[in-house]
This record gives sequence, C-alpha cells and structure tokens, in this order.
Amino acid sequence: MNVLLTVKNMCAGYGQGHVIHDINMDIMEGSVTALLGSNGAGKTTTLRALTRMISMSGELHFNGQRIDTLATEEIVRLGVAHVPDGRGTFTGLTTEENLRLGAYSRNDKPSQQQDLEKMYGYFPKLRERKLQQAGTLSGGEQQMLAIARALMLRPRLLLLDEPSFGLAPLVVQEIFDIMRTVNQLEKVTILLVEQNAAMALNLADHAYLLETGRLVKSAAADVMKQDESIRRSYLGA
Amino acid sequence: METFLHQIMAGIATGGIYASLALALVMIYQSTHHINFAQGEIAMFATYLAWSLINAGVSYWIAFFSTLVLSFLLGALIQRIIIKPVERAPVLNVVVVFIGLLVILNSLAGWIFSYTIKPFPSPFPKEPPFGWSIISSHELGSIGVTLVLLVLLFLFFRFTTLGLAMRAAAQNPDSSRLVGIRVSRMLALGWGMAAMIGSIAGMMIAPVVFLEPNMMSGVLLYAFAAALVGGIDSPLGAVIGGFIVGILENVLGAYLIGTELKLSVALVLIVSVLTFKPAGLFGKNLVTRV
Repeated sequence: MNVLLTVKNMCAGYGQGHVIHDINMDIMEGSVTALLGSNGAGKTTTLRALTRMISMSGELHFNGQRIDTLATEEIVRLGVAHVPDGRGTFTGLTTEENLRLGAYSRNDKPSQQQDLEKMYGYFPKLRERKLQQAGTLSGGEQQMLAIARALMLRPRLLLLDEPSFGLAPLVVQEIFDIMRTVNQLEKVTILLVEQNAAMALNLADHAYLLETGRLVKSAAADVMKQDESIRRSYLGA
Repeated sequence: METFLHQIMAGIATGGIYASLALALVMIYQSTHHINFAQGEIAMFATYLAWSLINAGVSYWIAFFSTLVLSFLLGALIQRIIIKPVERAPVLNVVVVFIGLLVILNSLAGWIFSYTIKPFPSPFPKEPPFGWSIISSHELGSIGVTLVLLVLLFLFFRFTTLGLAMRAAAQNPDSSRLVGIRVSRMLALGWGMAAMIGSIAGMMIAPVVFLEPNMMSGVLLYAFAAALVGGIDSPLGAVIGGFIVGILENVLGAYLIGTELKLSVALVLIVSVLTFKPAGLFGKNLVTRV
C-alpha cells in the first residue's frame, strides 16, 4: 500500500501558541484511519490544519506533492474533502444546491448528475428534502448532507470530523455503514476523527491517539481495541 | 388624473434606477456585510467614462456596453487593491475606507472632467412613445433596461454554477473553500458586477439629473432607503423597495411636500424602517436548526 498523506512535524493553533505539537502521521491509500482522543485533545484542530483552514507549520505531502503551502481551496481541488466540525451546511441554499456545490471544482458535468443520483441512493432522506432549505434539515440529515457533499468531489481522501456527534444511534449506524461502503467500493481513503471510539475502531484499519495536542499512540485498530488503557479510558469497558 | 398617472410613471422610472443601485448595495452587503458608501461614486465615474467615449465619437450602445466592461474591471480592481487588505479589519476601518473611496472618486472626477454640469444623451427618442402623454420614451426605456437587467441577474444567480458559487461564498466562506470555491475571486467578481449594475443606474439617471461629480449623492440616498425598505439582505426586496421609494418620492414631492423637500422622504423612510421594521419588507429571518 502507498502512503497517500504524510504529515511531518505539524504544529498548529489559533492566534499565538500551538494547540497541537509535532504531529507525525502516515495515511495509507485505501485505508480507514481513526484519530481518537477526548474532548479538547486537538482532533478538530488537526483536521483543520490538514486542509490549512488554520495556520500551521510542518510538512504535508499528499500523493507525493507538497501541499502545506497551498490555500484550502487548492488542497480541496487535489481531491481532499473535509466534512468540518459543525457540518458546514450552506443553510440558506437548498439541499440539492449544497450537493451541487460539492462538485463545484470538478469539470465533468454529465457524471455529476450520476453522482447526485448515487448520493440520493446512499441517503434517500436527502432526495425527499432536495428542494428544502438546508438549514431546516434535522441534525442527522445535515450530517448526511455534509458527507454527501464531500463525496460529490469524488475525493481521494475524506476527512470526517465527528460524524456521530449529537446523532441518534440508528443514524450513526447508518452513517458508519455508508462510510464502509464508500471506503470499500469507491476506494476512498478516510481519516476519521471520533469521540465514539468503539464505532471508530470497528471501522478503522489503523488508529492514532491524541492527548493534549500530542500523538501518544499509533497502532492497528485491532491492537488498539485490546489495549488496556484505551479500553479503560475510551471504550468504557 | 393624468398628471397623477404621469407622476406614478416617472416614479417607476426613477424607482428602477434606485432599484439597480440598491441591488448593487445589496450584492456587496450580502457577501461582506458592509454598505459600500462609494457605490454611487463608482457609478458616477463609470458614467463619465461613457460620456468620454460618446464624446470621442463612439455610438451610444457601443459606449454603453464598453462602460459595462470598464466598470466591471474598475469594481474588481477596487476590491483587489483597496478592499482586500482591509477584509478582516474592524467594520469602522472599512467604513473609513469606503468614505475615502467616495471622496477620492468624487474629486478625481472633478479634476479630470471638471465640475461643470454636462448633458448626457439618452438612447431613446425625444418624442413620447406611441403618442402617450403619461410617460416619456426615456422613462419607458429605462424601466425596460432595469427589467432586463433584473431578469438577467435572476437567471445568472439562479441557474448558473458560477452564480451558485457566488451565493455560497457570500453565505459561508469557510464551507465554500472546503468545496474548492476561490472565495476571494468571487468577492472581486461580486464587486465587479455591483459596479456594472451601478454604472447602468448612472447612465440611465444622467440624462435626467445631468452629469456632474455629485450627481449620485441624492440617488445613493434613495438607493439606501430602497435597500432598507426591501431588506438589506434581499435582492428582490431591493428592487421592490426601489420602485416603492421612486413612486413615493414623486407623488409626495408633487402633491404634499414639494420638490425641495423630496430628499427628506428618503431620510424619513430610512429612519422609520430602522425603527419599526429593521429587517425590511423582505429581509428574511433565516430558519436554522441548531
């Protein structure tokens, strides 16, 4: 397997002072990687730094190309889709307009229509809501919309920030099932930030543990699941 | 009765011009949450460009469309060079920059073209249309131009991908970057389009108020009133507000308060809207679930 994204000595934060320190990661092509950690550990900050939504230092190599000097929109155009914390819904636009925007930087008009149909296949709820103002969708629907919008890019790498946050268990299950499908059928590499460690480890191949802004553990997901301290602190078992 | 009808028609004609300028204000407000106080002066300057072209012997419609292109470039350049550096500055800084821009453009126009009042041609015939007495050809023509402009803008924002991207960038810049929209470019585009719309308003009002560096100051005030009456974040509201203000101004000016006090109609409207219905007629309270 190739390395799709390499992160070297990444530091980042808001204003002055860093929230995350010296992060080193390798994300394998085709894999699902989970980034675990408790509240405030720096998980969201890490994802934001990866698409340069905040200022960062260190090196990022995506598919062999340095991307740490590029602007967010240019990184996205290389095929990195980011489902942000808070879902980033365009609340004043309709559901379908939100989805079309996901494919904005692609040049292949005809296949966009196919992809739209595919998203409605994954998330039938979104088809029912397609002409509705997206701000009026429920939390679960907006999360589905955020993921579908990201997939409309046909990304190579999908960054997901707490897709389970605030959602009913059934909806969470549905979303995780779709992420598995997307990973296996469409070969999209996924980096998943989660507080719900049990769900994340079931899906992931590899996992990193973040504590107070530093990576403290890196292991295959199966190994992580068996780790005593992880079980106690994050799996509640 | 006939004079009353004529007042209404004249009100609709000037209302269309206020509507265009109000629309330009709304466009910039939606994407940056700033009121561009220099919008009127940009329009005035563009009208001088049109006048120069016409004076150089260019035919009216070629000058008209060249001015659209030039004012688009002027607006986009102003955004790139002057506005971009203060994008993240506090609102008062931005207001000062806008006022500076207003004064600079105003003086620049006076310096280059002098302060003497100049006639500006109308592209429409002198005699009334179809022998009607209630409306002049220029009034009817400028209503037509406004309506065509509005329809084109509606189609652009509603049905093109670029229009959708501009709406997205105005609403949610962060999410827009995450779908690959070059937000800063969209802002320059928005400024260019606003300047272009404003220049149409300038070229349509100039035959009525004559061309001089201060010609847009009153018009801008009416356009503010129009944008506020309609709701500062609603393009449709700006347009309807423009027609309302135009008609009110004319009818009240003719029958109630006289032409000298006409401008106070705009001020009274601004104050009453801000006091009683700050969102305006069509300003929407967005429904969101949190």
